[in-house]
Amino acid sequence: MIEVRNLRKTFGPTVAVDDVSFDVTKGEVLGFLGPNGAGKTTTMRVLTCYLPADSGSAKVAGYDTADHPIEVRRRIGYLPESAPLYLDMDVTEYLSFVAEIRGVPPPSRRARIRDMIELCNLGSVQRRPVGELSKGFRQRVGLAQTLMHDPDVLILDEPTTGLDPNQIVQIRELIKQIGREKTVILSTHILQEVEATCTRVQIINDGRLIAQGTVDELTHLATGDARVVVRVKAPPAAVEPKMSAVPGVKSIRQIQAPADSAARYELVASSSEEDALEEAVFRTAVENGWVVTELRREAQSLEQVFQRLTRGEA
Amino acid sequence: MESVIPIFKKEFRGYFQSPIAYIFITVFMVLLHGLLFWATGFLVIGQAELREFFGLISIMLIFFVPAISMRLWSEEMKLGTMELLMTFPVRDWEAVVAKFLAALAMIAIAILLTIPLPISVGIAGKLDPGPVIGGYLGALLLGAAYLAIGAWTSSTTSNQIVSFILALLILLVGSLGLDWIRQFSPSWIAPWLSYLSLREHFDNIARGVVDIRDIVYYLSVTGFFLYLNVRAVESRKWT
Repeated sequence: MIEVRNLRKTFGPTVAVDDVSFDVTKGEVLGFLGPNGAGKTTTMRVLTCYLPADSGSAKVAGYDTADHPIEVRRRIGYLPESAPLYLDMDVTEYLSFVAEIRGVPPPSRRARIRDMIELCNLGSVQRRPVGELSKGFRQRVGLAQTLMHDPDVLILDEPTTGLDPNQIVQIRELIKQIGREKTVILSTHILQEVEATCTRVQIINDGRLIAQGTVDELTHLATGDARVVVRVKAPPAAVEPKMSAVPGVKSIRQIQAPADSAARYELVASSSEEDALEEAVFRTAVENGWVVTELRREAQSLEQVFQRLTRGEA
Repeated sequence: MESVIPIFKKEFRGYFQSPIAYIFITVFMVLLHGLLFWATGFLVIGQAELREFFGLISIMLIFFVPAISMRLWSEEMKLGTMELLMTFPVRDWEAVVAKFLAALAMIAIAILLTIPLPISVGIAGKLDPGPVIGGYLGALLLGAAYLAIGAWTSSTTSNQIVSFILALLILLVGSLGLDWIRQFSPSWIAPWLSYLSLREHFDNIARGVVDIRDIVYYLSVTGFFLYLNVRAVESRKWT
């Protein structure tokens, strides 16, 4: 549905997007992940034909963004960052303007607007001026706008910024639901968002794609070490030497000061030892007569992967 | 072409959703009639004064048109809705034309609402319809040219005040300024200056002499600045 090939875009001396290629197929929700200024918005602007690329190509539903911008735009619903809206209009007026400019046929317009109001939970504010609405409502009005013409492709630039936790959950559910039948690209720098909504992730940094895959693939990608956190009741001086002796352990570090005479430690081992590590730690504790109050494997989070990848590149 | 109508409707309604339209029309009417009566003596308006009436409209438009045009693009840029508008299936020129026409409709309403005045002159005494029709035609053409200039300045900045002042400056120089400079300029330049002057052609038309050259002049000025407007909207793509 979306094909991007060797896309490059510069602003004067700054390279915003550098040789980016990717595909998105129907039914996928692609998460665009990266620090601020990484090139996420620029890529989206090229896809929506707001900005032209310097070189490379982008195709949406088979139409090239450079040659057939109007055809491309017809097939895309786009929510720009911070969901800009016409503040003087009320919600229904705004949505009817969108329906009209999006070419929703007049007979079905009213029904379509009603459906969008229902889908995005805007019933209570449908006659209020957009300028008076809270951030959460504005974001949902923006989302209703993107869905109005039932587009094949949705491009959402940071769709959940400024929402409260309940609203975030709602919007994510909505995106997931929509994503089953459509093609969705959403950008974010919130990692839980990707884990919660996306079927695939791309990490972009300094304009380059530095990793892509499913959330699982990416978390495995960067796993060099296995980490185990253990909390034991033991004489502090004895723990570190004994635990260091456990096979495979490369380092140990106290991560929480003793409370109730129990301290929490983090052990790092090579990942090949991962499965045996917990057992060995437990045995060591038992042999020494320590009470284990906590023992868990620390999963590599996307967060760590992200930090490692983006810092490593910079 | 199909995108022109929805944008036109949105823009035109926008003037009436905010107090802009009402304030604009009220102030325009009060000021126009007030100045006219004050300048010409109370209620003694005849054929001769109608000339001053149209002259006054042509000067007032210098100040009133930028007030209407300043928000056209600056507001879109300020709100960030430019990105929204330009990612709808809309061509740049369609948006430019739609916004121009909506503002022109607004200005035309203000101008045409003054019609009762020449009509009452006609009822009171003899009235030559030529200069009246010419006057209104001229005022609309002049308004369109001013508006194209204002729309262009609006598309160059996200600050409405800057857009207003820029437009006002260009209009003042392009009409009153050129008229003034002409008095001191050598005789071989004078005709050129008077040809360039935005108001000079209006005087011709308002006399009831509708010369195709004057109409072409206004249409070309309008077309030229609308073209610049389209280029300014496109300029986001240049970097």
